[in-house]
Amino acid sequence: MSFLTSLVNGLSLGSIYAIIALGYTMVYGIAKMLNFAHGDFIMVGGYIIFTCVSTAGLPPAAGILLAIVLCTLLGIGTEKVAYKPLRHAKSNLAVLITAIGVSYLLENLALLIFGADTKSFTNVVTWPGIALFGGQLRIQGVTIVTILVSLAILIVLQLFINHTKNGQAMLAVAQDQGAATLMGIDVNKTISLTFAIGSGLAAIAGALLCSAYPSLTPYTGAMPGIKAFVAAVLGGIGSIPGAMIGGLVLGIVEILSKTYISSQLSDAIVFGILVVVLLVKPTGLLGKVTQEKV
Amino acid sequence: MTDKILKAMTPKRKTAVNGKSPAMTYFVVLAAYAVLELCIKTGIMSSHLQGLLVPMVYYAIVAVGLNICVGILGELSLGHAGFMCIGAFGSAVFSLLTDGVLPDGLRFLLAFLVGVALATLFGFLIGIPVLRLNGDYLAIVTLAFGEIIKNLLNALYLGIDENGLHASLSNQMALGLSPDGKMLINGAMGVSGTPHDANFTISMVVLLIALFLAQNLVHSKHGRAIMAIRDNRIAAESIGINIVRYKMQAFTISAAIAGAAGVLFSHNISTLQASSQYFGYNVSIMILVYVVLGGIGNLRGSVIAASILYLLPELLRGLNKYRMLIYSIVLIVVMIFNWAPAAIAWRENLAAKFKAARKENV
Amino acid sequence: MKKTSRVISAVMVSAMAVSMLAGCGNSGASGAASGAATSTDAAAASSAAGSADTAAAAASGKTFKIGAIGPLTGGAAAYGNAVCNAAVLAAKEINANGGMNGYQVEVKTEDDELDNQKSVNAYNTLKDWGMQMLVGPTTSACSIAVSEYTKDDNMFQITPSGSAVDCVKYDNVFRVCFSDPAQGTASADYIADHKLATKIGIIYDSSDVYSSGITQNFVTEAQAKGLTVVSQEAFTADNKTDFSVQLQKAKDGGADLVFLPIYYTEASLILQQANTMGYKPTFFGCDGLDGILSVDNFDTSLAEGVMLLTPFAADADDDLTKNFVAAYNKDYGGTPNQFAADSYDAMYAIKAAVEKANITPDMSVSDICEAMKTAMTQITVDGLTSKGMTWQASGEPNKQPKAVVIKNGAYVSAE
Repeated sequence: MSFLTSLVNGLSLGSIYAIIALGYTMVYGIAKMLNFAHGDFIMVGGYIIFTCVSTAGLPPAAGILLAIVLCTLLGIGTEKVAYKPLRHAKSNLAVLITAIGVSYLLENLALLIFGADTKSFTNVVTWPGIALFGGQLRIQGVTIVTILVSLAILIVLQLFINHTKNGQAMLAVAQDQGAATLMGIDVNKTISLTFAIGSGLAAIAGALLCSAYPSLTPYTGAMPGIKAFVAAVLGGIGSIPGAMIGGLVLGIVEILSKTYISSQLSDAIVFGILVVVLLVKPTGLLGKVTQEKV
Repeated sequence: MTDKILKAMTPKRKTAVNGKSPAMTYFVVLAAYAVLELCIKTGIMSSHLQGLLVPMVYYAIVAVGLNICVGILGELSLGHAGFMCIGAFGSAVFSLLTDGVLPDGLRFLLAFLVGVALATLFGFLIGIPVLRLNGDYLAIVTLAFGEIIKNLLNALYLGIDENGLHASLSNQMALGLSPDGKMLINGAMGVSGTPHDANFTISMVVLLIALFLAQNLVHSKHGRAIMAIRDNRIAAESIGINIVRYKMQAFTISAAIAGAAGVLFSHNISTLQASSQYFGYNVSIMILVYVVLGGIGNLRGSVIAASILYLLPELLRGLNKYRMLIYSIVLIVVMIFNWAPAAIAWRENLAAKFKAARKENV
Repeated sequence: MKKTSRVISAVMVSAMAVSMLAGCGNSGASGAASGAATSTDAAAASSAAGSADTAAAAASGKTFKIGAIGPLTGGAAAYGNAVCNAAVLAAKEINANGGMNGYQVEVKTEDDELDNQKSVNAYNTLKDWGMQMLVGPTTSACSIAVSEYTKDDNMFQITPSGSAVDCVKYDNVFRVCFSDPAQGTASADYIADHKLATKIGIIYDSSDVYSSGITQNFVTEAQAKGLTVVSQEAFTADNKTDFSVQLQKAKDGGADLVFLPIYYTEASLILQQANTMGYKPTFFGCDGLDGILSVDNFDTSLAEGVMLLTPFAADADDDLTKNFVAAYNKDYGGTPNQFAADSYDAMYAIKAAVEKANITPDMSVSDICEAMKTAMTQITVDGLTSKGMTWQASGEPNKQPKAVVIKNGAYVSAE
């Protein structure tokens, strides 16, 4: 029974990692950049919902909607101002460093606006959840909602990418920006759209992360962000189902290693798994192997 | 991020390091040393600035180390703080063990060698799996190793008594140390009581040695082989360059230099913890920022960028809570100004106009 | 490429030149320029107090200059801000009431980002400003690192909240809070003496000096007192959102009391997660738990029955606490925690010692320190964190922890 409980906890943590990793992997796949500020969009989403629900007294649904809209706009704006000028820079490292700058900027803005004190987040999922096996196994409402939401996002994203014109444009841009331009695809618009989707997903992740683990500080997003990055790489960066699987594997491994091995060393174990997987499959679980042309 | 782009952006062949003679770099470092030392001796330097010198130099050293990996080998590492961590802990434990046994100078020299040797060893061991990967996957695995090192040291308890060394990964009680035993590494509380052996002069000597190693590597046959691998791995392989050997060589030297910076780190302050703010991935990224801003492959640039960027938040202290905000904005603006194609074109345009105007005047 | 790097180098070299000049200039003219530019906090505070004497005293240089250090940015910013804010607040009050020994006080606060090296940098900055006494640093490791320098400079240092044993290793360093061993041992004794439980689970932060220090001593004492520790589970600073595993292990071990030697931020998460999993043991904590009731938007009913050994409770009804809480809320918003209280007491301890030894601002740093060392052992301070606090020459305070229990959303004495 304790194994099942751990598994459920792992699934819950893993599906949050998965939603964040989806944003990471999309941006990476299409804009070819590691958006290190992605984790901080989660924190921004969290603060918007917190302000709406706890300070302004709006219903949670309105808060989430507003957070998605604002994060989307912020994502598009950040891309336009900070990342787009560097898109054709000689090094991709330039935009990586800028993303780190954006990450510092968001964290310190939040610190100035909301202060350093922890805010306790109100769970946006009011359903208490279910109890199985005579109450021995409890599954919280937010856990179930998180898993369902992440599955729904996965399905919608897959449908969007494979069956809409914009989605196909994304695939084309991901494959070859130059060729996509020649085919009449607006690369700028497509990349903006990618950032919009990625940032919107971060807002949803913020709502779920802060509901499951109800505390909010300016640094809330940093560590889940980096773990989700690991998840995206584990699953094969650029692959949407890969991000999902990577997130779930990471969450479950983290909880199980805390339960059965050591709570102090769980991070070392999680990163150790990543190393092992990449050594066996150097492009992640579902990553595409690109043939090197000579 | 991908090695292809790294390739495209790093200067080729002759210009690989500045395009000028390495002597200029040593001269800049020595001149800076002379000026700063003069400021200290004449007492016109504030104690705040004096306290910043050693950290400034060890971050410059680790930036030189990382530049060997990123600029010359062409592989992105996000785990160099981990090698610093190993150098710091290895040497600190050695110093604690020999404090009072060996004379001070000899103790620090040996501690330095122990720290560098350990970092070299780990660089070698980690290099074996890491260098089989490419591009972003290599970067994330170095990040993973850095975090693993930090996490393990954070949970490590090491003590010594008359029965020898005791180690545990769970807690202090598990060591079974006799009452007069001595804790060396106390888990999260780390190492305390490291002698304050590092100073500005020693740090500058280490920096010069690191620069010498790096410059020599670049201008040697090995360095040319390494840069050939960076520029085109397949072509290099086809002319018989031993890829694994040269990659390992560059990566290990890079780790050793980071370890040397770690030794200075731990011997500049009495307490040492393996926590995120000193040895986490964000520190590795901070060092990468130094390297990128200083110019990838440009060793002198790394030293200058590390010095400036370490000093900047400190000199902004007067701005209180706004200083980190301003630091982040400066970082973004400088990156766009230095790297955006539009900004570069604008600058070149401006420079051309300036030149033309000067010609007319003459 | 060549051009780019040349431009970067040029920009950087010039920036460096400017910064060196700025640095040298600061120290060279260590008076007017740097003072005017930097002494923001207390200068503002004292002008707010509105006394004309203040300005005159400040201008003539006859003020006590006290520095405060803590993490003002970064993950531990809540603690550093509390310490620095309360020190400024205390200085403002002291100035309004005639100062220390008749002299006005200036407080300048510096950020250390929870980094030992930056804490030393902050210390050096304050020294350049002309600091005569130090309140801080806020956290143990930083405090130990800085004490190596205050010892060499013979500068008086009182850390409000550096609780590790080594913080007061040198005779110029005093502290306001309890030491970690004292808290760990006292907690185990309290639990055993009051027969609160026999099976105990511990959840602690293995990456935190404070938390692991208390845990080590708690476990030793608990074993001596015949208590069984059924689970001792850690979390780390990088991994502090999910506590389901640690709670599950305590539950599976049958622990009827869970000891939380951690800060209230994580504790509030643990209480919420324990509640959702339906686990209701007694939770017992140390002074780090104080502040849990004032976490913004926290459902205080979850903390019902939580016990903690703490010297300070923000809703105690004595006048001193009430005034302090009201003044803090007015200036900074929110409820002060024990860090703020420790820092406030540190300022008043300095005041008492300064007046005891008749110290004046024109004495040298070293003379002040020597006089303070003796005076600290002779004073008695009725502070926020204890009545009748006295200090030993070793730097440890003599005070008794109070056990409080949370009832109906308020701290109530457990006796």
